[in-house]
Amino acid sequence: MTLDFSTLLPYADVILEGLVTTLWLTVVTTAAGITLAILVAYARDGSPTGSRRIVSRLLGGYVEVTRNTPFIVQLFFLYFGLPALGVPISATVAALLAMILNLGAYTAEILRAGIDSTLTGQHEAARALGLSRLQSFRHVVLVPAFSRVYPSLISQCIIVMLGSAVVSQISVFDLTYAANFIQSRNFRGFEVYLVVTLIYLLLAVGLRLAFEFVGRRLFAFRQGGSA
Amino acid sequence: MALVSVKDLHKSFGELEVLKGIDLEIEAGEVVSIIGRSGSGKSTLLRCLNQLERHDWGTIHLADQRLDGGAMSPGELSQNVGMVFQSFNLFPHKTVIENVMLAPVVVKQTPKAEARRIAEQVLDKVGMSEKVDAYPAQLSGGQQQRVAIARALAMNPKVLLCDEVTSALDPELVGEVLRVLEDLAREGMTLILVTHEMTFARDVSHRVVFMHQGRIHESGDPQTLFTQPRTPELKQFIASVV
Repeated sequence: MTLDFSTLLPYADVILEGLVTTLWLTVVTTAAGITLAILVAYARDGSPTGSRRIVSRLLGGYVEVTRNTPFIVQLFFLYFGLPALGVPISATVAALLAMILNLGAYTAEILRAGIDSTLTGQHEAARALGLSRLQSFRHVVLVPAFSRVYPSLISQCIIVMLGSAVVSQISVFDLTYAANFIQSRNFRGFEVYLVVTLIYLLLAVGLRLAFEFVGRRLFAFRQGGSA
Repeated sequence: MALVSVKDLHKSFGELEVLKGIDLEIEAGEVVSIIGRSGSGKSTLLRCLNQLERHDWGTIHLADQRLDGGAMSPGELSQNVGMVFQSFNLFPHKTVIENVMLAPVVVKQTPKAEARRIAEQVLDKVGMSEKVDAYPAQLSGGQQQRVAIARALAMNPKVLLCDEVTSALDPELVGEVLRVLEDLAREGMTLILVTHEMTFARDVSHRVVFMHQGRIHESGDPQTLFTQPRTPELKQFIASVV
């Protein structure tokens, strides 16, 4: 067998289209998933009572169901299940929703570890200064908590980006879908998947570098020493 | 009229009764040191004064205003009673000036420019105006504690509570923190300190309160208390710490 990458050239725009889809799915998922995780972590923080307790339990259920079922099943459930319930949903929306819910659940759990390791003294100082629970969470707890779990957070976002390949199964035109599409036309499976593999690798490395760049700025306070 | 008046304060942690009826009146501008063995209830008493601990029985008034039992919101409380902790508890992700500005901006809704001016003023008072942009991790313990004092002062409280504020410091750093407290005392700040610094308690405070087994066992002016303790418990305590 001889490798012939020139057979891919006519499909460059197809690969590009897939790449763009994978990229924007990842960017939107990362932003929305982390936001969702912050909200879930806040709602579940402390020892909630009354109606907050019910909300916290429900969110706990969401987190556990998501973390203990396959992503592809979650995706199928949204894409095929919701229309059956009378909620029409496009493939792209289903993909995006599944990815956000997935990242949200994992990140909420990662973030919770960071929040739980907040020293009592930080809470007490915030309370003594008159900060409410929300103010304390937002201004005192959140950033140091993120800084403690940041490496795990980066890994999780990369996992979700790579996991997005699965959305090709419901015909979302992502990078993997593009690869399948080209392979079915030119039968050059090796070349196509080699190229796409390299693109995923570069995306993962790029995403990590971007996160680390942001982290160095966001968590500059850690460089002075350990506090 | 007393600035702080505590009446019949009781507090238990489960079965353990830590405060067994505390009565205490503190005048504006008074510096009161609370001393006693660990477990005598002195820190708990201090923490009840700004409601970090909720007591089970009794009342606390600030001037003529009820302070406890939810009578004051946390925001109101923080503008009346400031607190400095043994372990500084600065916010590690905020610079010195951000630490000091946070509560005025977020709780008091002071405009940022005004909050910065206040922050610079209180940081100057504690001798930390050179380090406004440093992060806590870049400071020594003594410097961190001085920032923590400035942070409490920025809310312009009527009373400052100090919970063993020099206990976590290296011996050579204790002096700089005590000097700041002395300055505050001289300016007429009402200070209530739980302390192991007997020299400081003797030289700076107007009154010393000795706690023993959840009660105020003896109190009075520092000279008399330290030289002529009336009870054997205080006599023993003084002998053990001096």
